[in-house]
Amino acid sequence: MVSRPNLHVKDRVAVVGAGITLFRRRMLETPRELAWEASKMALESAGLTLRDIDCVVIGSAPDAFDGVHMKGEYLADGAGGLMKPTVRVYVGGGTGVFVPIAAWWHVASGLCRTVLAVAEEKMSPARPHPQGVFAYIWDPILERPLGPNLIWIFALEMRRYMHKCRVDKETIAKVSVKNKRNAMGHPAAQAAGEITVEDVLNSEVLVWPVQRLDISPVSDGAAALVLASENEARRITDSPVWIEGVGWTLDNTHWYNRELAYPRYVNYAARMAYRMAGIERPWREIDFAEPYDPFDYKELHHIEGLMLARPCEAPKLLEEGWFDRSGELPTSPSGGLLGVGNPIAAAGLMKAAELFWQLRYEAGPRQVKKPVHKGVAQAWGDLMQAGTVVVMGN
Amino acid sequence: MSEEKSLPGTYLRERDLQSLPGIVEHRPDVKYLYSAGQAQSMFLRGLKDGRILGVRCMRCGRVYVPPRSYCEYCFAPTGDWVELSGEGEVHTAVVSYISTFRERLEKPEIVAVVKLYAPGYTNKDDEYEFAGMFHKLCGVGEDDVINGRVIGMRVKPRWRPPEERIGSVTDIECFEPVQS
Repeated sequence: MVSRPNLHVKDRVAVVGAGITLFRRRMLETPRELAWEASKMALESAGLTLRDIDCVVIGSAPDAFDGVHMKGEYLADGAGGLMKPTVRVYVGGGTGVFVPIAAWWHVASGLCRTVLAVAEEKMSPARPHPQGVFAYIWDPILERPLGPNLIWIFALEMRRYMHKCRVDKETIAKVSVKNKRNAMGHPAAQAAGEITVEDVLNSEVLVWPVQRLDISPVSDGAAALVLASENEARRITDSPVWIEGVGWTLDNTHWYNRELAYPRYVNYAARMAYRMAGIERPWREIDFAEPYDPFDYKELHHIEGLMLARPCEAPKLLEEGWFDRSGELPTSPSGGLLGVGNPIAAAGLMKAAELFWQLRYEAGPRQVKKPVHKGVAQAWGDLMQAGTVVVMGN
Repeated sequence: MSEEKSLPGTYLRERDLQSLPGIVEHRPDVKYLYSAGQAQSMFLRGLKDGRILGVRCMRCGRVYVPPRSYCEYCFAPTGDWVELSGEGEVHTAVVSYISTFRERLEKPEIVAVVKLYAPGYTNKDDEYEFAGMFHKLCGVGEDDVINGRVIGMRVKPRWRPPEERIGSVTDIECFEPVQS
């Protein structure tokens, strides 16, 4: 599936700027105002104006959240896309990390020298709860007659992971504790705080084993990056952050036809990105990671899919503090979706932006203790099927 | 990113939102009618007759449940139909306390992935792909899910009476333990 060498690249690609809005449960700004705020901040951080941008890539998850179809077209002006080659990409929750991937190929192909990559999500308009919108991701024939809730599928996967890897809820809850603590250093954070394992275990049980504090919150927000070709990047900044590898794969929607304890779609995407980046032993060569953590167990699951730990080994390493900000391989130093919030596409791009800030040593109180050279960000999407991975280096 | 400068964006409490001018409320009024397609229509007819049908890829031997009209890997049309015994093992199961729209349920539901016994698979624990269905479980308690007793349990479909079947996954009321 990923055996072809994918190295027909014309230009090296760098990230040269990043921007982000607050992540909050509901916000005054319209989706395009949020996109504009994040885009403006990303351009300013690169010292550029919209005039310097050749192409625009927009990412946003289901149209049904905003209740506006053609969301790419709707967001285009706020994302700086007027009269430019502009495209919107979408792979469910994987969208946020797919945005820099799509922006990467715009530059790597030689088509554009600079790209503004913008992700926005506004989940708050859907009433009474955005959960209802998720009803439309299920198969209409085989699944919807059962009246499913989105959390079912996560609970089923978490239960399987717990069984297969012999992990208890106490251990998994430590991911939530770690990420919410890490998020206390993030200026956009919505759900940061010092909580305990007991708080997680005492929170409302939604679908056992998933409880309220095992899950990231519902959020509004936006994030943006500026990407540039090598020549442009060296003109723009002394400290470009290189995109060294990208990978993405999609499995089928028949999630009940496969082993749920291991995400093979993430693994294939990771192998593609590592091959491009020349990484042979990711568990040693990657300095820190931003694995996708909409649920606490998902971070462990994805760490294993990314080959930063062996299958079923992540819980043990977590217990040893391996993934703490001061640990051997810090994960979600940003605070992740659990701590910073989960405006779906924007949350994934926030993870990619964290690689940029960490690799430039600009993450302030969130800066990991060890020196950093290479980081990986990953997102997952849809019915346990989409994997998107990006590797960056300084 | 400068840490002192606060980020753009204005948080609203629900009350603040409700007091804004020009709030528009809209409920989409649409209805969809889905056809089940070639392979799934056959599958649903099978359910109406109280049978679980799978379909085999003649090239790689995979048996698909639910059936597809083409093999996703070989990209070739699937061939023979296979009737399964309906029995299988619980791959994973959970207890839901909430509805589709996140209201609390009065009576929690147990939901599971059932790995069905089908030809062409080893049924060993390390098999990545399998024939399977997503459905409800009955005859087990919340404790069985929580203590893990339910995982690997042998189950079979509990069919609705023939006159109540409509050709839907709900023709199976739930999967229940096989009494040994």
